[in-house]
Amino acid sequence: MLNDFLYLMNAELLITIIIFILLFLKLSNEEWKNEGLLNFINILLVINLAAGFFYIPKGNLFGDMFHTSELVTFEKNLLNLGTLIISLQSYDWLKGHKHVPEFYMLLLSTLLGMFFMISSNNLLMFYLGLELSTIPLAALSNFDLDKRRSSEAAFKMIISSAFSSGLLLFGISMLYGATGTLNFMGLKAHLTGNSFQVFSFILLLAGFAFKISAVPFHLWTADVYEGSPVAVTSYLSVISKGAILFVMVSVFYNVFTPLASSWYNMIFLISVATMIIGNLFALRQQNMKRFLAFSSIAQIGFILVGLSAQSIAGSSSVIFFILIYIFSNLGAFGVISLVSAITGKEDMDDYRGFYKTNPVLSWVLAISLFSLAGVPPMAGFFGKFFLLFAGAGKGNYSLIVIAALNMVVSLYYYLKVIKFMFMDANEHPIQKIKAHWQPKMAMAICVGGILITGIASGAYNYIHSLLK
Amino acid sequence: MNLSLLILLPLLSAVAIIPLKGAKPARVISLISSSLQLILAFALLYFYWNERSAGNTAAMLFESNYTWYAPLHINYHVGVDGISVAMILLTAFVVLAGILVSWNVEKLNREFFFLLLFLSMGAYGFFISLDLFTLFFFLEVAVIPKFLLIGIWGSGKKEYSAMKLALMLMAGSALVFVGLIGLYLNTNAGNGQHTFDLLQIAQMNIPLSAQKFFFPFAFVGFGIFGALFPFHTWVPDGHSSAPTAASMFLAGISMKLGGYGCLRVATFLMPEAAHQYSWIIIVLASIAILYGAFATMMQTDLKYINAYSSVSHCGFVLLGIGILTKTAITGAVMQMVSHGLMTALFFAGIGMIYDRTHTRQLSQLGGLLKIMPFISTVFVIAGLCSLGLPGFSGFVAEVTVFMGGWQNVDNFYRIATIVACASIVVTAVYILRAVGKVIMGPLTMTGGGSPLVPKGIDAKWNERWAAILLITGIVAIGVAPFWLNDLVTPAAETILNKLSSIVK
Repeated sequence: MLNDFLYLMNAELLITIIIFILLFLKLSNEEWKNEGLLNFINILLVINLAAGFFYIPKGNLFGDMFHTSELVTFEKNLLNLGTLIISLQSYDWLKGHKHVPEFYMLLLSTLLGMFFMISSNNLLMFYLGLELSTIPLAALSNFDLDKRRSSEAAFKMIISSAFSSGLLLFGISMLYGATGTLNFMGLKAHLTGNSFQVFSFILLLAGFAFKISAVPFHLWTADVYEGSPVAVTSYLSVISKGAILFVMVSVFYNVFTPLASSWYNMIFLISVATMIIGNLFALRQQNMKRFLAFSSIAQIGFILVGLSAQSIAGSSSVIFFILIYIFSNLGAFGVISLVSAITGKEDMDDYRGFYKTNPVLSWVLAISLFSLAGVPPMAGFFGKFFLLFAGAGKGNYSLIVIAALNMVVSLYYYLKVIKFMFMDANEHPIQKIKAHWQPKMAMAICVGGILITGIASGAYNYIHSLLK
Repeated sequence: MNLSLLILLPLLSAVAIIPLKGAKPARVISLISSSLQLILAFALLYFYWNERSAGNTAAMLFESNYTWYAPLHINYHVGVDGISVAMILLTAFVVLAGILVSWNVEKLNREFFFLLLFLSMGAYGFFISLDLFTLFFFLEVAVIPKFLLIGIWGSGKKEYSAMKLALMLMAGSALVFVGLIGLYLNTNAGNGQHTFDLLQIAQMNIPLSAQKFFFPFAFVGFGIFGALFPFHTWVPDGHSSAPTAASMFLAGISMKLGGYGCLRVATFLMPEAAHQYSWIIIVLASIAILYGAFATMMQTDLKYINAYSSVSHCGFVLLGIGILTKTAITGAVMQMVSHGLMTALFFAGIGMIYDRTHTRQLSQLGGLLKIMPFISTVFVIAGLCSLGLPGFSGFVAEVTVFMGGWQNVDNFYRIATIVACASIVVTAVYILRAVGKVIMGPLTMTGGGSPLVPKGIDAKWNERWAAILLITGIVAIGVAPFWLNDLVTPAAETILNKLSSIVK
């Protein structure tokens, strides 16, 4: 039993150990220099990431509450990778921050929550993980301690997530009433597709949609993204959404199969609305963080197209896209966080003439944006192609036509940023930025990932083989 | 011969440019790379003839096929037939000429040559792909470099034009995307498996309802690339704002991606739908031909003249495809090659004139023959080829299309042919007017307000070589059209065999 416990929960235990190390560091009387501390934490995160590849556990624990498999470990590794990239990127911001250990303790607690969520085999466990991953995030949003917008963001975040958790919890309790169990396999056996179950499923879906900020539950996103520190924004938009989507894939595909025909229609509607509204709002944004917030809403719409496929191609394309999305979105956020940390500029207009002063950073941002827009040879092209491709497998071509046209609209606003950087002149461009090696490394990982993941088919084939 | 070399060569040379500093190494590497590309294209032609004359009648030669995404049945599958070989030759010619012409780009040399080479990689990849996914991949690869080339190095309202071009072409590829996915899902390669493989799909019979639904997506999508009326509006803006080399690439290569796609994907794979919709294609193509010609008459900017005349000339390509006879399709391919070379030459000539006079307005130019005889001669040759003078490639190609059109006994096709023929008169008007105004007459001493530079400003070595290269191509086709004809006809036959085996 103890052995099982140690082996199967190795990812969670490692994170917990790191949190405790940080706690003791904080409690000791020693004054730690931020640079050294950050490097130390980054090394811990690298070890944490590497350990995930080292041993791949399979099995269930705690009376089927917790389960893990090759796929689950892969998903956890992806989240670890994303967290490491964000940590490297926020080096410049955290260097001058007074509360580095607290930042990481909160960050890793949310990561731990996500791990439990992904590993859950029971709605109760899932809810526990979800809350563990949400509440510290609200505190993180507040981490620009001297900015009012930041605390406003945190407040919005906590209120809206409390509301969505309420919906979710209501849905869960109604499901329990309808089926008498919270275990995933038990649920599947008891689901018949009657209207009461569909109604409770809608509540559950609303909770999910809140967390991934799908339309019409997206209203909190832009303000929270704008107010939070860039590191937290990128964490919110990539890691926390990614984790929820992983859960959605497994829950929708494995548990709610008896309701498949009704959830297809719901996902279809949400997906179309999310793509269109996310795109329309992104067109008009002037702040880079808000812009990426809305563009990430639109991306969620595309992901839902893949999710609607109800086939192995669908689930693997969603997971594959999240892998690519981690690289692309974090690549873009990396540049923005660097610029914001050093110059404090976050407006799109400030990026005019960016190429003249910072050619390398411009290319990094351009490559990331091209990948988000789905332009080959970047990985985003493959990701989006496979999502739509899987969605088309269902035979509903209207969804694919809408999605394909939305890709054109989204290209417009991505190209607008490219135009600002490469083509426009500016009297006061952002000065030449000297980055430390940590953010450079993070950008190199992102760019490398963007260029390789698509052309080399290994990642997709691996994901597909896990889902078979 | 390994076709992947055609992709690897531009790709590797583009990557090799990145770490270099300064203008010189970048352009030397690009020149070497593009010369090698031309040699490679000729080697391909040579090997292709050898294989064919040795009696190899396979539809595609030099095939290689690797699995790319196994779960989705996506392969990297390449191979060539006569049409692809012709298009590859065209690409190699235009790339070399384009790089020669842009020898003295003002700013950001490295990036400029990187994008040019990258663009050429997309074009080669597109022409050799036999897998629909690979084909689509390369089609899109070629879009963004154009956006950057126009937006950064262009002139006039370049940002607007670049954005318009990128969005319209992306909308085109979105339609192509829907068409391709629809095609894929209606294939049946046994046990419910689907395939993207072009040759395998060609062997199958796609259900007629699916063809009728997806043919418009694929054809219009590719048609946007090939300036199909009414989706041609990106052409004039894009071409006129682009720097010289990019205009040459745009008109010479990337508009041909559209024509080639219409032929190879839409018509070849969905022949019944192509037959049913052919009247719409013909009507649209005829409108494009006439409308393009008349619109050109009204233009006063040299680049706009050539851009609108490109709309008109590319109409012949689509007309040839729409008419669906062997001769017409051969003519369409010949027109693609001919127009590619001719329009590249035209844009090169305009670029050279603009570099020296700093104006492209007809009203401000005149008598250039007196001070720049070489450039003026180039300009005249391009003009004469454009209006279809015998001896140049334009004549051969257009006549082939007309003959193909007449072969179809249906009155509708013949009327379309007559309408298209009539446009030649209009073409003659605007070409002769432009050439006469710019080349002949008294020398205008002002160019956009600045005094014209003194004598000794004729073409430099790089420009001479670029022009000679393209003129060689044009004359070679014009004087000895049979080699191109022999190259293309068997491939056109393959496309039509599929059609005639089903229809009638």
